[in-house]
Amino acid sequence: MKACEYRQIGPQGTAPSPPVSAQNRVKRLRKWNVFPGKNRFYCDGRIMVAGQIGVLPLTLGLIIVTSCLFFIFDCPFLVEHVTRCIPAVGGVLFTFVLVSLLHTSFSDPGILPRASAAEAAYTEKQIGNSGSSSYRPPPRTREVLINRQLVKLKYCFTCKMFRPPRTSHCSLCDNCVEHFDHHCPWVGNCVGRRNYRFFYAFIVSLAFLTVFVFGCVATHLALRKFRSNRSLNKHSFTALELVVCFFSVWSILGLSGFHTYLVASNLTTNEDIKGSWSGNSGVQNTENPYSYNNILMNCCAVLCSPMPPSLIDRRGFLPTDEFPAAAHPEPELPVGSSLSRERLPEALEQCCGHQVVSRPPSSPQSTTSLTSLTSLRSECIYQALPTTPPTQWTMNTVFVLEASLQEALVLPADAFREESSVVVQNVTRTQQVGSQLRAAPGHWLRPRGPGPHRQPAPGGRAELLPVEGRRAELPADFLPNGASRGRLTSSHTGKNVELKFKVNLFWILLDLVLLLDNWRWPGREPTPVARQLPGRPLRHYT
Amino acid sequence: MGQVMLKGFPLSLQTHSLQDLRQQASVVAKVFVQRDYTAGTICQFQTKFPSELETRIDKQQFEETIRTLNNLYAEAEKLGSRSYIEGCLACVTAYTIFLCMETHYEKVLKKIAKYIQEQNDKMYVPRGLLLTDPIERGLRVVEITIFEDQSNGPGR
Repeated sequence: MKACEYRQIGPQGTAPSPPVSAQNRVKRLRKWNVFPGKNRFYCDGRIMVAGQIGVLPLTLGLIIVTSCLFFIFDCPFLVEHVTRCIPAVGGVLFTFVLVSLLHTSFSDPGILPRASAAEAAYTEKQIGNSGSSSYRPPPRTREVLINRQLVKLKYCFTCKMFRPPRTSHCSLCDNCVEHFDHHCPWVGNCVGRRNYRFFYAFIVSLAFLTVFVFGCVATHLALRKFRSNRSLNKHSFTALELVVCFFSVWSILGLSGFHTYLVASNLTTNEDIKGSWSGNSGVQNTENPYSYNNILMNCCAVLCSPMPPSLIDRRGFLPTDEFPAAAHPEPELPVGSSLSRERLPEALEQCCGHQVVSRPPSSPQSTTSLTSLTSLRSECIYQALPTTPPTQWTMNTVFVLEASLQEALVLPADAFREESSVVVQNVTRTQQVGSQLRAAPGHWLRPRGPGPHRQPAPGGRAELLPVEGRRAELPADFLPNGASRGRLTSSHTGKNVELKFKVNLFWILLDLVLLLDNWRWPGREPTPVARQLPGRPLRHYT
Repeated sequence: MGQVMLKGFPLSLQTHSLQDLRQQASVVAKVFVQRDYTAGTICQFQTKFPSELETRIDKQQFEETIRTLNNLYAEAEKLGSRSYIEGCLACVTAYTIFLCMETHYEKVLKKIAKYIQEQNDKMYVPRGLLLTDPIERGLRVVEITIFEDQSNGPGR
């Protein structure tokens, strides 16, 4: 990265091309194209699978191969010597097993869409976390009384919302799933509210199928032995089926039994394992608040309740911009637009009308070390400072402290793609504090209304307005290259530990270097804001 | 990734009055009415009147809207003979019936969408507010967008 300076240019200079957002492309994107979880979508969003397919091919293979062998080698004999219904029954069971398996694997388990930015900001405000200098997460639990039981709702840092009761975040799929049961590798999907009944149908019918095939095959072999009393060497396939069925029948019967118990007591595997309602956690008098205390009612509630809709609306089109399209699009600095490195300074200047300079060229050594660290994450960080001294600030003076061109590459397993985007962070505007005008902490900005973009007034005033509900997420912006924002969690649950370690190491190194830097710009006094500048050294990344 | 700009308008809710609103007024704030979990996991929203709406709308009217919504969602999730028959039929046909038939829940969701549009047209948009269908927010919140008061003139 080279330290470069850009002159202030008027807006009638080269107009920046409008941010190439998804909506400007000829083909409209659907919501599944920008789905933040790790799921994968096929058939234009009609079919979805978890990011990790697990051993689904093995499951399918075992079922199909064993059943085919059964139909080919055993059915003719049994039809002749026992009864004709055997292939029919086998066929029905086999179809049922396959259909329920495919339904379980390819449907939405009950994923909760993540909170929008406005909603996340509102939640934070509600909890009273308004200070931007501390990045303390909101208190992590809310308590709710359900059926005379105290239930704790946890805050999900990835999805930025308080999880409803019985909802859990699946780290493999990176989604919050309603009535989360478990993530089944055999099925290759989470099992949750929407596909639990399919899963249950699958394992019960598979248990019947396995027992049926086992019985038929055993009968076949026994009859052959009795009738001909010859060796059974020719029937190796039959023996293979016998072995497969023998080993699977116990586990599948066991699993069916276990899930029948869960259905009858209206529990999820997650709750049963954690012992939420059995008093294992040490709290007395806990009972399941969701149970109807009647086996039949519980079964009906779990298996026969109305099928809830998919909340993620994967085939819906992305909404277009809320504000009416101007004669020419408003220059703005949104996340997700792909501005090239060269255009970024222009765009910044047009937005805020200040001189744009690139990252601190204070002293050669620090420049080198800073650029080598910052280049881990993004190519260039720009700063725009007001050209007027604080005494000339007005109430609407806005300056962008940092805008960085973020080129986050996505790890291969991610379906979430983040193109090179512009991240505007640490923007401040003046606010009245007593009798003084001070810089106020971070807001996202957008230019005021449609119309030709005006030349900024000489006092450096820019007509920018804060975007409601959108806060700069400083810690998330200092990612090493290759880390996608979507994978960051700031909880201490141990998810993404490796990623956290990398980020922390980066932070530590950056802190060390910044401590040695003196932050002085050549020929300019540091503004009060500059001292507040990403006190990155001491910022907690939680 | 979508834009930083505020979202909140399902295109389906565009009517003439809404277009006017969008073109003239800018968004002041958004209020989110949260879910009420005291009855379990069924979909109910809190009827507590948010303080930001005090100047804009009557408390009674707001509560009436939320209560009607709650009743509609309760109807969607009701465990009755109808849902049992649907469940059994679905099980017998190996759940392939969901590919052809619209479920009871989806039918009620359509009713809810119609109700919200009607409420917007009659009560909320004239007062500079806009209700967003909770299904657009994952049935987690009822988002109410507060627009600038028209009497102050457009723009800031």
